[in-house]
Amino acid sequence: MKKKDKQNTEEIKDEPIPDDVILRVRNLKMYFPINVGFLRTKDLKAVDDISFDIKRGETLGLVGESGCGKTTAGRAILHLYKPTAGRIWLDGKEIKTKEDMKDFRTKTNIVFQDPYSSLDPRKTVEDIIAEPLDIHHAYKSKAERHQKVIDLMKTVGLTEEQANRYAHEFSGGQRQRIGIARALAMRPEFVVCDEPVSALDVSIQAQVLNTFKELQQKFHLTYLFVAHNLLVVKHISDRIAVMYLGRIVELASDKEIFANPLHPYTVSLLSAIPEPDPEKARNNKRIALKGDIPSPLNAPSGCAFRTRCPFAKDICAKVRPDLREVKPGHFAACHLLDDNGGVNASAPETTAEKIKDVEEKIEESNKAK
Amino acid sequence: MDNTDHKPLLEVKDLHVSFKIMNGTVEAINGVSFTLDRGKILGIVGESGSGKSVTSYSIMRLIDKNGHIDSGSIYFDGQNMLKMPESQLRQIRGNRIAMIFQDPMTALDPVYTIGNQLFEAIRTHENVSKKEAYKRSIDMLNLVGINEPEKRMKQYPFEFSGGMLQRIVIAMALICKPDLLIADEPTTALDVTIQAQILELLKEIQQKMGMAIILITHDLGVVATICDEVDVMYAGKIVERGTSDEIFYHPAHEYTKGLLNSVPTLADDHDLKPIKGNPVNLTCLPKGCAFAPRCDKCMKICIDEVPQQLEIDKNHYASCWETVRLLQEQGVIDITQKPEMKPIATIKPNDFTCPDPLTPNTIKEMKSLIKHV
Repeated sequence: MKKKDKQNTEEIKDEPIPDDVILRVRNLKMYFPINVGFLRTKDLKAVDDISFDIKRGETLGLVGESGCGKTTAGRAILHLYKPTAGRIWLDGKEIKTKEDMKDFRTKTNIVFQDPYSSLDPRKTVEDIIAEPLDIHHAYKSKAERHQKVIDLMKTVGLTEEQANRYAHEFSGGQRQRIGIARALAMRPEFVVCDEPVSALDVSIQAQVLNTFKELQQKFHLTYLFVAHNLLVVKHISDRIAVMYLGRIVELASDKEIFANPLHPYTVSLLSAIPEPDPEKARNNKRIALKGDIPSPLNAPSGCAFRTRCPFAKDICAKVRPDLREVKPGHFAACHLLDDNGGVNASAPETTAEKIKDVEEKIEESNKAK
Repeated sequence: MDNTDHKPLLEVKDLHVSFKIMNGTVEAINGVSFTLDRGKILGIVGESGSGKSVTSYSIMRLIDKNGHIDSGSIYFDGQNMLKMPESQLRQIRGNRIAMIFQDPMTALDPVYTIGNQLFEAIRTHENVSKKEAYKRSIDMLNLVGINEPEKRMKQYPFEFSGGMLQRIVIAMALICKPDLLIADEPTTALDVTIQAQILELLKEIQQKMGMAIILITHDLGVVATICDEVDVMYAGKIVERGTSDEIFYHPAHEYTKGLLNSVPTLADDHDLKPIKGNPVNLTCLPKGCAFAPRCDKCMKICIDEVPQQLEIDKNHYASCWETVRLLQEQGVIDITQKPEMKPIATIKPNDFTCPDPLTPNTIKEMKSLIKHV
């Protein structure tokens, strides 16, 4: 297994990184050892071999249900957790040494989910926002520090007078703005937004989403936007990656993924969205999924989704499907799709035929081996 | 149902509830009135702090000790819930009115088995044998879609996933065949696919058992999926009420319009038009319309006078001066034109300033408290 990993990484080394790719993630794995008995541990595969590129200035949405590893993926990319395996390039440069890491930290940042627990209650807003500046010694005088903080506060829609207040004096939306200001303090290129609006009320949520969009244009930011609310993700993202049990099962542009979802999981996920439109809700035929997500400790063999997939076949239990480009710019990891992305999961008759084809192909390839 | 004997199942009239806190009184509910017929699903939507949960807790008389129902009446099936002795109330709670709470993980007792907790509900309210109770529990678990109920009855809550637990909570709520089910954010803690399952289940069971449901949620999508009627709440008032079609396709109140514009939809990439500002401070409500400080179409009258509820259509009510103005323009209603009903260009912040909570009186109180301690 280890040998194989080595081979993989060496292959990637030769692959040139185009200029417009700001962040490249390859074979990222994040395992957490869990005690399962006396002196016995087992790996919880929170993120299991994911790879993707993010282009400069775009927003990549990362969606999935709770426990699918989307937050862990965001954190592992920023090395807030030390990844078990995998390689990360920022601006064409791989993050390897401590020096790289320091540079990486100034260029990236994160906005956390819970605006109530991510701000230090004993610091003033000014000190909270200036913390990244303090760490990286990014100012020469106190006056400069103050000026920088005030500028940041203004850009995210806070006022100068609020600089000396404490976090508890603010409402949820305003706190999230403080969190955003802190993330932008070092003028990063790449920001991970970890469920930044899920703790907010609907009307405030829209305000904060608009702020994210404005800031992106103003500072040419690139976002990795992690969220479970598909409507929010669709609103803000250019491309969307759908995760299930630590793996990316589908990745495509937002329009493509909503208009033409290919993976059965994505199809059922999209049909489960409650839309604020009674007429549509009445006509919506749900593709109901059976059961719950399996525990990532005992992830199913082969395709992780097969236990809930209405179209699962024998092959799904045996071979893990790779994420491959089934259409230009549209990636999916499913055995039931042909190379043109031809199968639609909502049409079971055609699927049955395609499955046969796939099975035959696999048999052939097995024989060839 | 007999038309001559048409009485609503639940009738709430001019309910006022307030809570005493350190710096003043929170007027959580300011005159809520609504009715609910048998077999209907009513959705109550609003942001946090709008009083939607307090409304439902008041129906069950479950509000905290520092809260007080100041005035109003709640009639459930002809009986006044507010004047009922505790013993009689206990016969209704869990029996004729059941409740589902937001977080299924905390709604169940971790040290008893699921079966034990299901039994409890039946055996408290009905005089049945253990065997009978066991049989009914199994039937109920089957109904809510739990596999192998015999085995599951012996398990503890921690052995279930969130979606499964919510199913069990629903089973527990339905086991005495209630007439009214109050579901307080039943799917907020769940994932999208599980949420879809639970909503489908609620709808299916509602059709089978014919009970009425009050569904409290902040998610407009959930409301659109299963509700017949919708109450939109803001700052402790129902600002708009109507069938879900009316609310979603012909919203009348500016707040409802703002809410609908703030939610992203699947259809197109329209820009979100958020409601500006923050929710009102409930310790000092504005004199006029509570939404006025955030409203784009705020008029002078909005600041001075509380808008009255206006029937726009059959079963569609809204309390908004802007709606009154629009209807007047169209000549639908005729109220003598008030000179204040002109949009004002800018809202002055001091139109809505709160009095300083630290009045000499409160400081005195605090000092005496500190001394006391």
